[in-house]
Amino acid sequence: MTDIASRPAPGFQSPALSAALEWLARRAEGVVIPLAALVVGMALFSVFIALIGKSPTQLYELMWRGGFGSWFSIQNTLSRAAPLLLAALCVALPARLGLVVIGGEGAIVLGGVAAAAVAVPLAGAPSFVGIALMGIAAMLAGGLWIGAVGALRHYRAVNETISSLLMAYIAIALMNHLVEGPLRDPASLNKPSTHTIDPAFVVGPIPGMDVHWGLVVGIVACVAAWVLIEKTRWGFAARIAGGNVRAAQVQGLAVGPLIVGFCALAGGFAGLAGMIEVSAVQGNANGSLAAGYGYTGILVAFLARQNPLAIIPVAILLGGIDASGGLLQRRMDLPDATVQVLQGMIFLVILVSDTLYGRFKAFNPDLWKRSA
Amino acid sequence: METTDIGLWGVPLAILGGAIRVSTPFIFVSLGEAITERSGRINLGLEGILVFGAMTAYAVAYLTNSPWLGVLAAMATGAAFGLFHGWICKFPKVNDIAIGIALMLFGSGLAFFFGKPFIQPSAPDLPAIPLGWWSSIPQVQAALSVNVLFILGAALAVLLWWAFRNTRAGLILRVVGDSSDAARAMGLNPDTVRLLATAVGGAFAAVGGAYLSLYYPGSWNEGISSGQGLMAVALVIFARWNPLGCFAAALLFGGAGALGPALQSVGVTQGYYLFYAAPYILTLLIMIATSSPGRTLAGAPGELSITK
Repeated sequence: MTDIASRPAPGFQSPALSAALEWLARRAEGVVIPLAALVVGMALFSVFIALIGKSPTQLYELMWRGGFGSWFSIQNTLSRAAPLLLAALCVALPARLGLVVIGGEGAIVLGGVAAAAVAVPLAGAPSFVGIALMGIAAMLAGGLWIGAVGALRHYRAVNETISSLLMAYIAIALMNHLVEGPLRDPASLNKPSTHTIDPAFVVGPIPGMDVHWGLVVGIVACVAAWVLIEKTRWGFAARIAGGNVRAAQVQGLAVGPLIVGFCALAGGFAGLAGMIEVSAVQGNANGSLAAGYGYTGILVAFLARQNPLAIIPVAILLGGIDASGGLLQRRMDLPDATVQVLQGMIFLVILVSDTLYGRFKAFNPDLWKRSA
Repeated sequence: METTDIGLWGVPLAILGGAIRVSTPFIFVSLGEAITERSGRINLGLEGILVFGAMTAYAVAYLTNSPWLGVLAAMATGAAFGLFHGWICKFPKVNDIAIGIALMLFGSGLAFFFGKPFIQPSAPDLPAIPLGWWSSIPQVQAALSVNVLFILGAALAVLLWWAFRNTRAGLILRVVGDSSDAARAMGLNPDTVRLLATAVGGAFAAVGGAYLSLYYPGSWNEGISSGQGLMAVALVIFARWNPLGCFAAALLFGGAGALGPALQSVGVTQGYYLFYAAPYILTLLIMIATSSPGRTLAGAPGELSITK
């Protein structure tokens, strides 16, 4: 895609080619700039690794091997990508309305606790009923949590970035309270946790893979979110409101319900991520629910430029980087925060690259239009 | 030391002592953020700067055996992070809130990366001044054992309050914060002023971090900060960008933070985690109470993106 940038501006060519180039140029900017930023971020991280006296080539080789190099590591990567898909949607959906919600971690944690709490009285019920009700409970818990952030934003003008992060801290405290108090399984001595769910409610692996169905749920959710934003009237209204709230109000759009609804849906997706963690990975709700997926999800969403379809490859990429963390620790004697430093660097470069949009002539569709 | 049984009086006393102990990081972070926000920019990355400052202070204090060198080193790193934030935000179309979020993740990641070797060893503490010498009750003495940084923070709050009103630098800061155009008309470069304001804000936030690792709780680990850097940003809005208000709000937050441990000290262990959430709930309630749709906040710098 970069080679079209170097080509001279065409004045005479077939209409089909011209239309194709115009189509490409319209979309290329949103792909080329984030990819370039990703490469620059990784290059900066190489410099960092070289400065502390380790080999960047070995690091990236290990990262490749730990994340994508074998069928085993690919499955590990995909398992980690599953919650990231849903966590990133929790950022991307409100972002379309111009809201920066960064407290997805809270919805994940509460979704997990709600799912585990519902599973206890349901023990013995058919597997389908149990899993469905756990999912609904998790989506409700997460949806209420982030929906409240949206409502506070619209009706009380409370900054959503700060309030969502505060609510994440409150959610984690609430989880600790519930897991160590009212919902605690007395048999869990060393690591306080809720009662282990009925084995019938475990979300199993996709046939032929060692990856649980959560991955499919995440991908379906991303596609559904894309359809919602791009192909429905609610998505259209949300994009207008995200562009200009006043204009949307003048058009008679109900901005309040739109904001609350999108935030609630976003929180519902994050809550679902918590339910999958409980049902497919942990088997009960415990402190491991706050594993930071919500925060990595912020990076995924920004890297995907808040586009739900782009979230899918980005989540897999970052899931792979995440998955290689253990290997880096063992082989190169690097701290476990190495991955976090890399993520931080990529995040910063991605944000700085925002300044590049509209600066390159090659990305201007008009340039490729046939001068008729 | 003999323990005198003072019964339930221990709770308010522990909250008072706790408020003084817990509030110090809030004071520094919020004063730093007040300077940054007065210039019209918001730095949500102070949380990351605070954690990195805590690590730097602890590491330097351990290596040089001087806690004050640790504080100075933390200030230097905080200023560097602040300059970085200010420099990036100068580019057009770059969002200062998003950069802050990235800096929050990056700063803590970097702190955990370099701080790994310093989790075990113990570094010298910052000194405290026993203001409770007049009392024979050990709880009172404990509550009034005040760290030097708290006193410095209080002095700084008064100084800034005065400086915002009465100095040339304070006027420049306020003009830039209220209107970039007016500032340019006066021949000022808003970007430069904001760059410096963010650097100073970062340096102060790092002092807050140094207090955490060198005095209370007084050790370095990856869970050292529990969102103080972020709560301080909300606190500045609550305090209406007034340094004296920041100081008072920091004390209030410190008291809320001390509620859980204080109740635990008299044997109330039920719902410990809920009390632990008190500062966050308080912050949220205050934000709800002080925000209002349809009008901008009184005293808000006109160029601030978060209140627009």
